[in-house]
Amino acid sequence: MSQDDDAAKVTADAVVTTTGLVRRFGKQVAVDGIDLAVPRGSVFGFLGPNGSGKTTTIRLLLGLLGADAGTIELFSQPIPKAAGKVLPRVGAVVEGPAFFPYLSGDANLARLQAIDKTDDPHTARRRRGEALERVGLTAAARKPYHHYSLGMKQRLGIAATLMRPRDLLILDEPTNGLDPQGTREIRNLIRTLHADGTTVIVSSHLLSEVEQVCTHVGIMSRGRLIAQQSMDDLRTARVPRLSVEVTADTTTAARKVLAKLGLAPDGTDEASMLVTIGEVPVPKIAKALVGAGADILGLSLEQPGLEDIFVELTGAGFDVAG
Amino acid sequence: MSQVENFDAVPGALWRAIGSEIGLVLRRRRNQVLLAGLAALPIVIGLAVKLVSSHTDGGVGLITKITNSGLFLAAVVFVVSMPLFLPLVISVVAGDALAAETQLGTTRYAMILPVSRTKWLGMKAVGLVVFVIAGVATVLVVSLVVGFALFGVSDMTLLSGDTIGPWAGVGRIALMSVYVVASEMGMVAVGLFISSLTDVPIVAMAGTAIVPAVCTVLLAVPQLQAIQPGLLTYHWLDLTTFLFAQPDVALIRQGLLVQLAWVAVFGSLAWARVASTDVKA
Repeated sequence: MSQDDDAAKVTADAVVTTTGLVRRFGKQVAVDGIDLAVPRGSVFGFLGPNGSGKTTTIRLLLGLLGADAGTIELFSQPIPKAAGKVLPRVGAVVEGPAFFPYLSGDANLARLQAIDKTDDPHTARRRRGEALERVGLTAAARKPYHHYSLGMKQRLGIAATLMRPRDLLILDEPTNGLDPQGTREIRNLIRTLHADGTTVIVSSHLLSEVEQVCTHVGIMSRGRLIAQQSMDDLRTARVPRLSVEVTADTTTAARKVLAKLGLAPDGTDEASMLVTIGEVPVPKIAKALVGAGADILGLSLEQPGLEDIFVELTGAGFDVAG
Repeated sequence: MSQVENFDAVPGALWRAIGSEIGLVLRRRRNQVLLAGLAALPIVIGLAVKLVSSHTDGGVGLITKITNSGLFLAAVVFVVSMPLFLPLVISVVAGDALAAETQLGTTRYAMILPVSRTKWLGMKAVGLVVFVIAGVATVLVVSLVVGFALFGVSDMTLLSGDTIGPWAGVGRIALMSVYVVASEMGMVAVGLFISSLTDVPIVAMAGTAIVPAVCTVLLAVPQLQAIQPGLLTYHWLDLTTFLFAQPDVALIRQGLLVQLAWVAVFGSLAWARVASTDVKA
């Protein structure tokens, strides 16, 4: 399926669409004309190096910043004009949670409910309790926020989004500060939400996490959206490589045979090698290796990891883009 | 698929929001300490007067007035607190109004609920006004109680020489306190505006607190006579007119108009600022 067909299919049923979205800060272009399309019901991994414009984009989507050019639509309604109609369906954690340090976790949530004009006061307490339960903060609900650990603060931020049913959740680094148990719970939470039909946008640096839960990916770099595809498409577009591991004494034989097949394994004389196989079928390689007397310890087709794809696309180094 | 909710405003939503804001302002420990500080003023002044009067025979006119009728203590406390203490206390709370939530980052979470910018400013304004009323009420009630306890209540001898009964005296003091509340509305508006400019509350507090001081300086410059009647503090001490048999209503009206003008100007500036700024915090 061509790129254009893909895009058309997605925008027809997209929860978030932007066209030519631009935002500058002084001379710097933070968001440089992006056409975002988040499919309904997807778990959309929003990735990019630091300074790529992810957070600015999220702020634009939520109406916190005004766009310099382009359009934004949430649930097919224009932002910021229809923000009042649409934002109650959206929950978000943006750049970390923020609460009053001198209020308890429960009081902080109550504050948000009290100033939300579409929040039903009769069920407010129950929903608050359920949200706290869902993130495991019931025991700490009455403690003042400034006594919370980083992980607890993060959970409270997520609890705030769960106090009412949401059609879209935007989670910016949701596993920040969480221990492995907490990270697993967040992953399960996202899966549950996904199963319920909620669209989830996860902005994260933990590519291994994203890989596990996301169905679609959008990668930003220097203000541009350089990739926007389903995870499946992203993987199949990349050439898989064969991982071959042989015993030390048969390495030379193995390498010789691979060279005869026209393949170029990486490294010079290591027993463990990665080789791009091109058109050569794997069974043929296996038979050739065995035939040459190589003792195979392991043979597997490796899908390129999201991290490899990411680094390849963004060319990211340690330096911030600007 | 999650339920599609009805997104009309729930009845009473505005009151809930205002109630939440008032709760935030009045339940905050620091603000309660400020109110306690205001309550201490009449206690300190009352005790000081008691001490002085018990050691000297006649004493200064004002002290005699207080010892004769505890109602005068309230009047004196208002006069003493108007130029500095009260505006300072209000600066602290007003400086926080918008800047604190911006600093904490809670503003952005309010904005995405969503809460309209106008409602946001309105909530903050009401919270501040309620705090001013609470502060003045604290001073009033404590002054009356302390005055009664230390000096007893009897007919009040006004500054114009006339005498009025105790209840009429309470009435006058109450009118004074209403004028004090009204006189601080300009400060509230200025505080809101300065608070909207920064994400550092203490800067907003300092900026607001300076305003009366600047006005005092400008009032001391004779060449500025033309603009002086419009300055925020110009009519502040006219509250003493309630201590005359015939209070100067024209003076009070001027004072209220000046406050109205400052509220209109700085309220609009604050609104323009809050309505148009990106929520970067």
